[in-house]
Amino acid sequence: MTEITLIEAITQALAYEMQLDDDVVVLGEDIGTNGGVFRATLGLLQKFGPDRVMDTPLAESMIAGAAIGMASQGLKPVAEFQFVGFIYPALDQIFSHAARMRNRTRGRLSCPMVARAPYGGGIHAPEHHSESPEAMFAHVPGLKVVIPSSPARAYGLLLAAIRDPDPVIYLEPSRIYRLVKQEVPNDGKALPIGRCFVSREGQDVTLISWGASLHETNKAADSLAKEGVRAEVIDVATISPLDIDTLLTSVEKTGRCVIIHEAPRTGGFGSEIAAQITDKALLSLLAPVQRVTGYDITMPYPKMEHHYLPTEDRIVDAVRTTLEYK
Amino acid sequence: MEVSFPVVANFEVTYHQYLNENSEVTHPFPSYMTPDVLRFLYKEMVLVRTFDTKAINLQRTGKMGTYPSILGQEAVSVAIGHAMLKEDVIAPYYRDQGLQLQRGITMVDIFRYWGGDERGSDFRHSREDFPICVPIATQCLHAAGIAKAFQYRKQPRVAVTTIGDGGTSKGDFYEALNLAGTWNLPLVFIVNNNQWAISVHRSNQTGTLTIAQKAIAGGFAGVQVDGNDVVAVRQVVGDALEKARHGHGPTLIEAITYRLGDHTTADDANRYRSKEEVQSAWTKEPILRLRNYLMAHEFWDNEREEKLIADCQAEVAQAVEDYIQTPRQTLGDIFDYTYETLPPVLAEQKAYASRFKEKAHHD
Repeated sequence: MTEITLIEAITQALAYEMQLDDDVVVLGEDIGTNGGVFRATLGLLQKFGPDRVMDTPLAESMIAGAAIGMASQGLKPVAEFQFVGFIYPALDQIFSHAARMRNRTRGRLSCPMVARAPYGGGIHAPEHHSESPEAMFAHVPGLKVVIPSSPARAYGLLLAAIRDPDPVIYLEPSRIYRLVKQEVPNDGKALPIGRCFVSREGQDVTLISWGASLHETNKAADSLAKEGVRAEVIDVATISPLDIDTLLTSVEKTGRCVIIHEAPRTGGFGSEIAAQITDKALLSLLAPVQRVTGYDITMPYPKMEHHYLPTEDRIVDAVRTTLEYK
Repeated sequence: MEVSFPVVANFEVTYHQYLNENSEVTHPFPSYMTPDVLRFLYKEMVLVRTFDTKAINLQRTGKMGTYPSILGQEAVSVAIGHAMLKEDVIAPYYRDQGLQLQRGITMVDIFRYWGGDERGSDFRHSREDFPICVPIATQCLHAAGIAKAFQYRKQPRVAVTTIGDGGTSKGDFYEALNLAGTWNLPLVFIVNNNQWAISVHRSNQTGTLTIAQKAIAGGFAGVQVDGNDVVAVRQVVGDALEKARHGHGPTLIEAITYRLGDHTTADDANRYRSKEEVQSAWTKEPILRLRNYLMAHEFWDNEREEKLIADCQAEVAQAVEDYIQTPRQTLGDIFDYTYETLPPVLAEQKAYASRFKEKAHHD
């Protein structure tokens, strides 16, 4: 079996599910002949034809709104938004309609669509191409928010997202699209949405992250290990609905917790996790929950973005702070 | 591929009317428009007006929430519903009670919705139709997606969306026109141009001479119709549906009418328009226009009129009774439809809320 990248795992999942289920269609800007600007839909047009691989006009609200209409008819549209920074015109459709359709019709209609979008910084892209607005989606009832961190998770979680009966916002960390390769069997096995993954076990501190930041988090755990600090690393993977139990089990074991995300700090999803840990595991905590995050500033352009993104150094520093807390 | 730049063509917007405001026939009626069909359309319009009057009354007496009257627009709404086939699907705006009733959505459903109960959009007889759309113009894109699903599955069905004149200023309306033209969708857009978007007059809404011409930017035909002439609306909508059903693409219909009532029961139209204007609009309204025609041709008489009024009032009264008797939803209902399966985080919040349900305020 050949090893594949995260972006190739996404293509593999789309092709698998389209082969399996005629109701699955993909739509978006430049996804047909061009195979998507990141090539996530490479080869799908040739394999499944223009009826199922739809190059749309350039209008994001339209992509979301049309997907909602298709989903109401039982199709399973997977809509690509070229960058998450361009998804904002579609928020009215996603928030006001996709998220609420099941509730406002008391289950008569639903919206089994997936909105895929590359997100996050570190790819030296122009402005509006590097934001991390995941908390905004997690705040809206009715949406599920899924963020893969590896080729295998990308494959299994995208299958799950397409099969999910509710709308899923599937945010793809573009910085790690091609960073690592992994063997990913094309077996059609989905991973569970709404479940955190313990990707490394440890006794001394819990490191909680998702998406591309897990890469720096794992590096920090490696260098801490050399100092004898055994970090447990958890990939949240689904930020909404949150699997708080897995996080609590870990924090109850280690007593110390650092949350790492790229998004701005204030109102970031780390705040919600910290609040729930304080609420439900206060007496297990040996130190205040630490957060390593982006700053509450506009995402810097490429020349300065490395100052914004959480680094291995900042994560190690936060771990030391929590370990040294008396 | 050779690059070529097409030269702009000329475009035309046609206007359609069969029965003018003086109840005179200005164009021969289509053959299906028999006295029976005319009487049916008339009865349905009277039923909508009876329903509408009662709905306003329910709001004024505290038995229902804010409600948007359809007074004056009965012809557009009833004619669309009459022209559609059962298997077609609507994504309507919020002032389309006549269309909803024609689709089999019940008066009780509509009362419940405006009375603050989500179950009012759980239609029993019209399972694929969208609930009314409040955010304005977003429904046009839903209809485009529905039409795409029909096209993908090669089903001979049509999606219909309705919108007000104000809604045609929004991006989603234009995005839907653009997509409908690009993909040649089986989709009919109907604009209820009732001259007023709350307090903003049509003349302050757009610089275009007609709203119908906005279709030209989408690459398909836009037509105007006298929206107070139920015969004309029925014919124009029927033509557009058949065109779409046979793979010939979308149509935009601008139905010119007048909102005789306030925007909603929370609005006072006297703040922004004159009584003279409204009085003048009353001379063009659709129900009297058709009644005078029917009477003049002896298709209708006072005896039938009295019976119709009594029947409509009885039907509405029964719906009010059923609405008032609606059992309250359970606390679980506000949680249970957020997702197909209740996630643990919501199960916890639901259990918490149930601890306080006895003392939670309700009316």
